[in-house]
Amino acid sequence: MSEHKIELTVNGHRHAATVEARTGLGEFLREELGYTGTHLACEHGVCGACTVRVDGVAMRSCLMLAVQADGCEVTTVEGLAAPDGTFHRVQQALQDNFGLQCGFCTPGVAITLATVLQDNPSATTGEMEAAMSGHICRCTGYQGIRRAIRQLAGENA
Amino acid sequence: MKPAPFDYARPSSIAEACAILSEAGGGATVIAGGQTLMPLLNLRMSQPFILVDINGIADLKGVSRVDGGTRVGPATRQADALRDETLARHLPAFVAALGHVGHYQTRNRGTVGGSVALGEPAAEMPATAVALGATIEIASVSGTRSVKAEEFYLGPYMTALEPDELVTGITYPDWPDGHVVLFREVAQRPGDFALVGMVGALALDGGKVSRAGIAWFGMGPTPIRARQAEDALLGKALTEIDADAVAALAVADTAPFDDHHASAEYRRTVGKRIFARTLRETLDIRSAA
Repeated sequence: MSEHKIELTVNGHRHAATVEARTGLGEFLREELGYTGTHLACEHGVCGACTVRVDGVAMRSCLMLAVQADGCEVTTVEGLAAPDGTFHRVQQALQDNFGLQCGFCTPGVAITLATVLQDNPSATTGEMEAAMSGHICRCTGYQGIRRAIRQLAGENA
Repeated sequence: MKPAPFDYARPSSIAEACAILSEAGGGATVIAGGQTLMPLLNLRMSQPFILVDINGIADLKGVSRVDGGTRVGPATRQADALRDETLARHLPAFVAALGHVGHYQTRNRGTVGGSVALGEPAAEMPATAVALGATIEIASVSGTRSVKAEEFYLGPYMTALEPDELVTGITYPDWPDGHVVLFREVAQRPGDFALVGMVGALALDGGKVSRAGIAWFGMGPTPIRARQAEDALLGKALTEIDADAVAALAVADTAPFDDHHASAEYRRTVGKRIFARTLRETLDIRSAA
């Protein structure tokens, strides 16, 4: 067992910590730093709820160790809205279209859609839906999410 | 935290990584993207004493042209490989298969070499390496060696890689310009492991098949080369190819199993159908039926 000093940026804030090697990134964000918007569910990479952005790229925070995020810039769902609380347009589209039921999967969904649009502001409905294959909504609220995606794609048209 | 405790090392060179693997005497596990390893650690199915993180080794990343082929560094992210122009130009079959590996989020972290080295029998990357005739380069403290992909896979998650060895490159030989890409898989959802899949390439010379490399995934304990089908295709003009007969030969080389996703019989039936359909659609052969 080994412990490691890490430094990383989460939603623009610098954090330094000492972590056990086996600590997952998602667990570290939640338990050590208090970013509880990142939801851990299956913890083996299937459900997508824990998706965060690491150095600009969406990935599963349950499939990465905290020690591997040393020096990285992480964005969680708390970092999507503007500092004054104005929703990111993905969050707004999800709210407008009832793109959530219990809301547990929503942080991961929002991070994925925001990242697809960050990389390609004119992403199509099909491209956003393809990225959504990595998310499971156990309320099966998929039609609301799809409506939100269509709204987001329409905003680009 | 779910995994059993382990030490963690992040070497910055291949030599350093090999030294750690050697010292660990079989107790080390290499982590690249970790998209399969992390679940195994969380489930405690994998309990290494030390995790060797190769993400800091620059020599293991990137795509380069080498004599007669294209070399992919094992720590190259799948998403980066999907966007790579050299691979798009020289290895379209590889790119076609790679698009089906995992999901958007896992391809952003998962690596080409991780999938190749793991040897999951239903995965696209091992079968692609076998079909295209790739060579896997391996290093350890005792030196380097190369293994043909076809000889690398020994069983489910079992490969020719020794515990103290590291995959340092995967080299795919060139296929002639204009070669035909074959790819099809059947999965319950996009991104799931395939129930049945096939990948390969055909080179045509003067309207006849001059070179064939085709492999199955999800059809046995390892990726399986469709050798009888390749032999039947070689030298044939497109109009002479009986897609159903070739598909039957292709299935004859497989050894599918029953699991809770599908029966062996289902895999054989669907495998034969997708093989024939892919040949027909890709080569535009008129159906014999």
